[in-house]
Amino acid sequence: MTETARLPEVEVSLTVNGERVTRRIEPRMTLVDFLRLELELTGSHVGCEHGVCGACTVRVDDEIVRGCLMFAVQADGTNVVTIEGLADGGSEDDLLEAFRERNAVQCGFCTPGMVMTASDLLARYPSASRDEIREFLSGNYCRCTGYQAIVDAIEKVSQSRAGGGR
Amino acid sequence: MKPAPFEYVKPSSVDDALTVLTEGADDTQPIAGGQSLTATLNMRLSAPVRLVDLNGLEELRGITDAGGVVRIGALTRYRDLEQSDLVADHLPLIKKTLPLIAHPAIRNRGTLGGSIAFADPAAEMPACVTALNGAIEITGLNGVRKVAAGDFFKGLYETDLQSGELITAIELPKAAPGSRFAIQEFARRHGDYAMAGLVAAAQVDGATVSDIALVFFAMGGTPVAASSAAAKIAGKAIDADAIASAQAALDDDLDPFDDTQCSAAMKKHLARVLTDRVLTELAGG
Repeated sequence: MTETARLPEVEVSLTVNGERVTRRIEPRMTLVDFLRLELELTGSHVGCEHGVCGACTVRVDDEIVRGCLMFAVQADGTNVVTIEGLADGGSEDDLLEAFRERNAVQCGFCTPGMVMTASDLLARYPSASRDEIREFLSGNYCRCTGYQAIVDAIEKVSQSRAGGGR
Repeated sequence: MKPAPFEYVKPSSVDDALTVLTEGADDTQPIAGGQSLTATLNMRLSAPVRLVDLNGLEELRGITDAGGVVRIGALTRYRDLEQSDLVADHLPLIKKTLPLIAHPAIRNRGTLGGSIAFADPAAEMPACVTALNGAIEITGLNGVRKVAAGDFFKGLYETDLQSGELITAIELPKAAPGSRFAIQEFARRHGDYAMAGLVAAAQVDGATVSDIALVFFAMGGTPVAASSAAAKIAGKAIDADAIASAQAALDDDLDPFDDTQCSAAMKKHLARVLTDRVLTELAGG
């Protein structure tokens, strides 16, 4: 705690949204800060910084994680996908459209985390009930309390994907 | 907030990890899933000089059938437990409990060993492992020792784990025929730390209960075994009278303190409600 001198930086090398990146960073830099500050991918948001709000949700090696509860150095060698990668990929266009259409976006702060989580939910449990959607999203706070619209949007995508993959 | 600076070490074997931990003593902190520790680092509730990342130690990850027990490597993540057939087949209490632990994004990283080592009094797993009479395998440079879960949790965030040691596995007895398990908790939001929670494990023969363990969490500094309440149920069928007598005995078992979630008085009230619900769940099979 008393040490204020800069400790040695470490090199990390990982794939972010399909692109290989290498940086020298302090070990204490969280993954979400790395994405925002080093790579200027500011879609992942920093909310509570203790794992409660879910605004920093990103995908690491195909699993969603809290970007604030993992250090960037721990992501060395992994494959990270952020909301920017998810949106550019095209596979979730129907989800993004459903959020827009149902006005599941109010202030927008929680939206990237909500979409990352919803995308994982739809992949893992394509026919989730409303209750299951709510339970899966329980780790993502929306302080506009727009949950109803968010659940509606995800439910709609779930139904339309089941009904013909649109 | 941001963590204080620290050195980062990622050993490639348990021996290397133990050496770094032993040399670094109290300045050195192991990190497993990091789902509690990273939050405390971010809030600067702790500021170790050196962080030893255990995530490269594949030897600590995995679930194996070891005869009468299921052996779970300390670095096994909740997500691994959720997907395990061994857990589904032999550890129904763990299977039932997993959805209550935080949220999917946290269960993808959080580990069983980390939860046991951190020993948050409001966490589910320390109470489950206690109710199941599990054993904690602890490894140091001098060798391996096993500690019964009931002896492991010493006080608020305090365990039997000594400086320079690591939890390497948790062994949980397989559910016996006729055993039943229940867990209930109150949390402000699904997945949040509980305001109060109760785990029960029992043998039920016909309607008669034996070998019953009732273990509360978020009800004191450690998992709290409610042995007086359990004694009121043992050898009986679970009915309204038995539940009422167990509830009445809770005063002998519980002495909770206020926390940020609720007062001690409210916890005691919730304990009575939980006792009713958990025993009813046990009776229902």
